[in-house]
Amino acid sequence: MLTFELVTYRYAGAARPSLQDVSLVIGSGEVVGLVGASEAGKTTLCLVAAGLAPRTVRGTLKGRILIDGTDVAPLTIHELAGQVGIAFANPATQLSGVAGTVYEEVAFGPMNLGFSRSEVIDRTEAALGALKISDLAEREPALLSGGQQQLVAMSGLLALRPAHLVLDEPTAQLDPAGTRLVAEALARLALDGASILVAEQKTDLLASICDRVVALDAGRVALDGPAFEVLGDARLAELGVAAPASVRLRSLAGAAGPGPEALAHLDGALAMEATA
Amino acid sequence: MPDLAMESVVHVYERGAVRALDGVSLRVLAGERVALVGQNGSGKTTLVRHLNGLLRPTSGRVSLDGRDTAPLRVAELARSVGLVFQDPDRQIFAGSVAAEVEFGPRNLGMRGAELRSAVDEALTAVGLSNEARTNPYDLGASRRKLLALASILAMRTPILVLDEPTTGQDERGVATVRGVIDAAHAEGRTVVAISHDMEFVAGSFDRVVVMSAGRIVGDGPPASVFAASSWEMLRSTYLEPPMAARVGERLGLGSTPTDGSLISALVRAG
Repeated sequence: MLTFELVTYRYAGAARPSLQDVSLVIGSGEVVGLVGASEAGKTTLCLVAAGLAPRTVRGTLKGRILIDGTDVAPLTIHELAGQVGIAFANPATQLSGVAGTVYEEVAFGPMNLGFSRSEVIDRTEAALGALKISDLAEREPALLSGGQQQLVAMSGLLALRPAHLVLDEPTAQLDPAGTRLVAEALARLALDGASILVAEQKTDLLASICDRVVALDAGRVALDGPAFEVLGDARLAELGVAAPASVRLRSLAGAAGPGPEALAHLDGALAMEATA
Repeated sequence: MPDLAMESVVHVYERGAVRALDGVSLRVLAGERVALVGQNGSGKTTLVRHLNGLLRPTSGRVSLDGRDTAPLRVAELARSVGLVFQDPDRQIFAGSVAAEVEFGPRNLGMRGAELRSAVDEALTAVGLSNEARTNPYDLGASRRKLLALASILAMRTPILVLDEPTTGQDERGVATVRGVIDAAHAEGRTVVAISHDMEFVAGSFDRVVVMSAGRIVGDGPPASVFAASSWEMLRSTYLEPPMAARVGERLGLGSTPTDGSLISALVRAG
């Protein structure tokens, strides 16, 4: 369980806080989506949740962050890293830079956590397999495409099997199939009891994996509720967030005014797409 | 306005055994809007880096208006082809937004009023005109990406090449990128863009080129590349048609790759 209690965060030198009085609980086994316009505070919330702000990104934090009920304030960045995994939109910032092959890159995390050799091999192979990149195992990470690097970075995170996971646009550079594999991997981690916070512009992805969605507006929580409610909320547009394609098409059709029969057919087709 | 052509281009990276491009032939006519789609690692970025000379073919030929680009330096090609990287931080280096945008056109020899208007126009196009004095690193990642776009726009090249321009953009940012492409098109400029966002592709481009394992496996207007008859090809390359196309097919409305085409077909059908 990951808990934010009245969290306010102001970057060093910034005129205004980037987060203001944010309170959230992400339960064990829960996948919570985070949406909002650019600079609404999504990345800041991820940095604070993973303990990188203020430990490495300077600023002032008010309020508390708790992991399974324990305040993280006294923990060092290394202690926290063992508890909360974080991924960023830009995988280049995340790869270790020391591994000569994808296999070593993915094994790097579990090796550092001191697992036995056989455990490290199991975890590495499972993580590579989950994102279907086993065929890249012997390739050099630096020579891969941006999307492939993002899959490698995500694999490295999966190999840690974190109980708490914070993801900032984890599929930004992925093709639709890669995006789906990441979604499936997150769903499996949640089934094992992980608490997952995922910031995304792709609301279609959130609609398929989240139990709950939180919308931020200028650093504050503007909406918080079941995914289908928040993603269908008309206020989303005012917050600068694109609605999922199904919601958008339904509202465009409603405004264009075809007959009730055509709308009923559209609803049927959208429902079938949602479960396809 | 020049045409771009690639003829049987093969590219093998120095330390790699993989053929990142495996015999690509592609002709882009002046004024076309071409979207390049394909699985991660299929060679899209490698392809576009050949267009401005950042990468040179291992074999094959890249030409601009019929002229082989092999003897041209990147700086010479930069007059014709502006490339915006996927990751803006590989591109941004100046201390202010205005200085960043000025760098390219200044290097092309623009001065005085022409330079000022190129910079102003580019900043306005991406909605950053109020940030001219801001340090680029005080902008969030999505606005830094728009800044990188502005700095290439200001060079007023006849050909614009964009690597995943909508990634990390919110709804407004995507609308800004679409606006930039529409305006460039209205001026007769050529736009080539890589994207994984099929709705953006269907809505803003005349032509969709599909890549898989270093080859071109599909090429046509959105209405044919996203038509049901192409879905098998798309899915074999790990792509999915946009939601509007999938819904239109379920409703028997024919090929409706964009929201607009789906809604009008729906209204026509009753």
